[in-house]
Amino acid sequence: MRRVNRNERVRIALTLNGRRLSAEAEPRMLLSDFLRHGLGATGTHVGCEHGVCGSCTVLIDGVAQRSCLTLAVQAEGREVRTVESLAAPDGTLNPLQQAFRANHALQCGFCTPGILMSFTDYLARNPKPTIEQIRDVLSGHLCRCTGYAGIVAAIEEVAKR
Amino acid sequence: MGEQLGKPVLRKEDLALLSGRGRYADDLPVPVGTLHAHVLRSPHAHAEIVHIDTAKAAGHEGVWAVITGEDVRRLSDPFMAVIKTPVTQYSLAVERVRYVGEPVALVVAESRYIAEDAAELIDIDYAPLDAVLDPVAACDGAAPLLHPQAKTNEISVRDFRYGDPDGAFARADHRIAMTVPFPRLSFTPIECYVVVAQHNAAEGSYDVLANFQGPFSMHPVMARALRVSGPKLRLRIPPDSGGSFGIKLSVFPYVVLIALAAKITGRPVKWVEDRIEHLVAASSGPNRVTRIEAAVGNDGRVLGLRLDQLEDYGAFLRAPMPGPLYRMHGAVTGAYDIRDIAVRNRVVLTNKMPASLIRGFGGPQLYLALERLMHRIAVELKLDPLDVIKRNLIPAQKFPYRTAAGALYDSGDYARAVEIAIGQGRLDDLKRRRAAARAAGRSYGIGFAVVVEPAMSNMGYLSTVMTASAREKAGPKNGAVSMATVNIDPLGAVTVTADVTVQGQSHETVLAQIVAEELGLTPDDIEVVLEMDTAKDQWSIAAGTYSSRFASGTAVAAHKAAVQMREKLKAIGARQLNVLPEDVELAQGKIRSRSNPDNALPFGRVAGTSNWAPTLLPEGMAPALSETGVWTPPELEPPSSDDRINTSLTYGFIFDMCGVEIDPVSYQVRVDRYVSMHDAGRVMNPVVAAGQIRGAFAQGVAAALYEEFSYNDEGAFLSGTFADYLVPTVSEIPDVEILHYESPSPLTPLGAKGLAEGNCMSTPACIANAIADALGVDEVILPATPRRIHALMEKAKQ
Repeated sequence: MRRVNRNERVRIALTLNGRRLSAEAEPRMLLSDFLRHGLGATGTHVGCEHGVCGSCTVLIDGVAQRSCLTLAVQAEGREVRTVESLAAPDGTLNPLQQAFRANHALQCGFCTPGILMSFTDYLARNPKPTIEQIRDVLSGHLCRCTGYAGIVAAIEEVAKR
Repeated sequence: MGEQLGKPVLRKEDLALLSGRGRYADDLPVPVGTLHAHVLRSPHAHAEIVHIDTAKAAGHEGVWAVITGEDVRRLSDPFMAVIKTPVTQYSLAVERVRYVGEPVALVVAESRYIAEDAAELIDIDYAPLDAVLDPVAACDGAAPLLHPQAKTNEISVRDFRYGDPDGAFARADHRIAMTVPFPRLSFTPIECYVVVAQHNAAEGSYDVLANFQGPFSMHPVMARALRVSGPKLRLRIPPDSGGSFGIKLSVFPYVVLIALAAKITGRPVKWVEDRIEHLVAASSGPNRVTRIEAAVGNDGRVLGLRLDQLEDYGAFLRAPMPGPLYRMHGAVTGAYDIRDIAVRNRVVLTNKMPASLIRGFGGPQLYLALERLMHRIAVELKLDPLDVIKRNLIPAQKFPYRTAAGALYDSGDYARAVEIAIGQGRLDDLKRRRAAARAAGRSYGIGFAVVVEPAMSNMGYLSTVMTASAREKAGPKNGAVSMATVNIDPLGAVTVTADVTVQGQSHETVLAQIVAEELGLTPDDIEVVLEMDTAKDQWSIAAGTYSSRFASGTAVAAHKAAVQMREKLKAIGARQLNVLPEDVELAQGKIRSRSNPDNALPFGRVAGTSNWAPTLLPEGMAPALSETGVWTPPELEPPSSDDRINTSLTYGFIFDMCGVEIDPVSYQVRVDRYVSMHDAGRVMNPVVAAGQIRGAFAQGVAAALYEEFSYNDEGAFLSGTFADYLVPTVSEIPDVEILHYESPSPLTPLGAKGLAEGNCMSTPACIANAIADALGVDEVILPATPRRIHALMEKAKQ
């Protein structure tokens, strides 16, 4: 395991959305801050910094994780995927994103990237979830605008395809 | 309603937001050399600041400044307040702290990490004082004083009388009274506050980016605090904001604080609030204790009403407080035809974070008291609760209806809306469920609530807090201006700007629908740019997104701007088509002859004329490049000399009913079925409307069952994380059946009313009534947590 000195800035290299990138950071820097301010991937949002709201959820080696509870150094050499990776290069939304739009599953859109990433992971593992399973996974996220109904409907729509 | 309006048009906002391309405040670029700030906050609820030693922190590597209350007092003025009292507030505590979390010092450093490290080196000597948390206790003469120079914590008391309340109470068969507390809570937008400030020393001006939501009546408050004229404070609002619900008004003290930090350091300064700071100190809705009493006939008819509303604003009364006490003033009798009323409004300060705007804004507090009382009347008189409601509703033939306190309810048929909602077996189903549950020995109750939902505030309502003679001296305050602009570019492309701040309400989409409708285009043809810049955009004190002002305000202004542009384009097109202007229509992307649609030109060709060939314009016409619609409805008059006030422009109606079941083991309240009927006038986009209603409903459920900012007796804050402050997840939000009945407002050309706050007002009351029915108890304290339900059930057993 890599050892780093507390006061030393270190260069952290990882794969972000298929691109190999690196930037310097203090060992105590959170992955959420590193993605946003180190690598400029501002699509990942920070809502609580204590692991409850789920806005900062990203995929690390394919698994949904809270980037605010992860240090940037822990992502060294890993494959990180964020919301910026979901749409096609020409901007066409993927089916999950399209379903969110069709079902008015977002208003201010701040919590949305985390929810999209959680379900990108979950639907890959369980493409046909029941509504109870959808609600169970979604309960790891806080949304203050929608009352959640549109989000559940959007994911159900994807699951039924 | 039209080609575009009234249709479930998909949102223009979504493509960017779903792709991680939103532009929220913390996503935007900052100038090279930007410093970062961290706020050091009070650990005490009430204490004298004896001494602050900043030397060690200021000497820490990478630190540019450590700013304290003394600096702020030297460089800025106290915030202007609505009520003139000896209470002063700056952007940092001066001499004394009055709530846990109050900003005491600001550290500005090369990075946020360094600023936080340095803050730990600040040494503050506090002399703790006794704190007072309970609003009733705070009114007692023996209570600790928050602001000794004010000589009282109860800093405003006003009495209002309309009709003959004493006569009504003397005459009535029954007098039924309750005391109803409403808790403290916030709707905690998931994005916290962000401020980036720059100071231009040569010009003595500030340029500040903040996710402020308005109203822009706060702009003069900020400018005055910074000791500059309005134009010297350029305030920019980013294109996206991560929710607000009223809360982001209260970023304003930090706008001033960070602006001062930019002046002191000579560098741009950025501050991003974290969640812990947000929960402890950002903003809260005010808690209220209402003593409410009705004079009632044997038939359940309410003849008179008395309210004593004691509202707790925390440690300071910040502008535009005490808004929640007065925003509902005209509508204080709700949906009922009650003419004889007495209202006492009292403002008290306690050792809690300052209260301010929050979705519902005074409605939840009022309606919890009023609707609990209506339920109580039915129980006392052994009548059906719904019959008591129906007997007191304003009859349809009385619209437009002037309430006792002066509101002009523009339209509605409340009885009809109720009938539709309970029809198709909905009420029967609830009753069946209750009977079945009770037969099986379970606790099940039905609740009702009716609410009048105001929209687009009269900016003069707050002056009702002053006496008529004081108002006369201060000059008239009334009305509300809305503005929107339609612009045309050289190739005829249309853009729209408007005086709203984006927070998720889909304004981009609905404005595009409104303008497309008039110009014969589609919403995809219209660019809507809603980031705001006070130096260059149109705005008034009423600008911003709050008090449901969009549907009855800015939407109308956009409609007016589009109509103005349409009429000009018709006149221009008439010359090019060789027809009379009356024969010109804008449709399907064309400007064409109505009688001979083949005689047509592309929209862009005609619309571009003002750029390329302005001499071709009809004589005397100014080029059709930019049209601003300005909307100032005359109904928003100032308070009358006898204190009657039309507090808002439009008034929607909501009837809610629900069934709840109480779990005998966990003491949790489960909402079994919920029906919500809305009359919001014409609905401009049903998808957006449903989203707003569902969002407000979830927050109403949160207020009823989960969310509360709680403090212990010493003033320690007990809700400092999302593990302690319970924001409902999907698992906690029940389904809601939404119904609509449309009574278009006759006062606006679109006929639309507000609808985004109503369930914050109705749902807590409806659920509380259902709990009262389930348990057969008189008093239900919200949020009705399992602990409180358990206590109620234990008490009922005795």
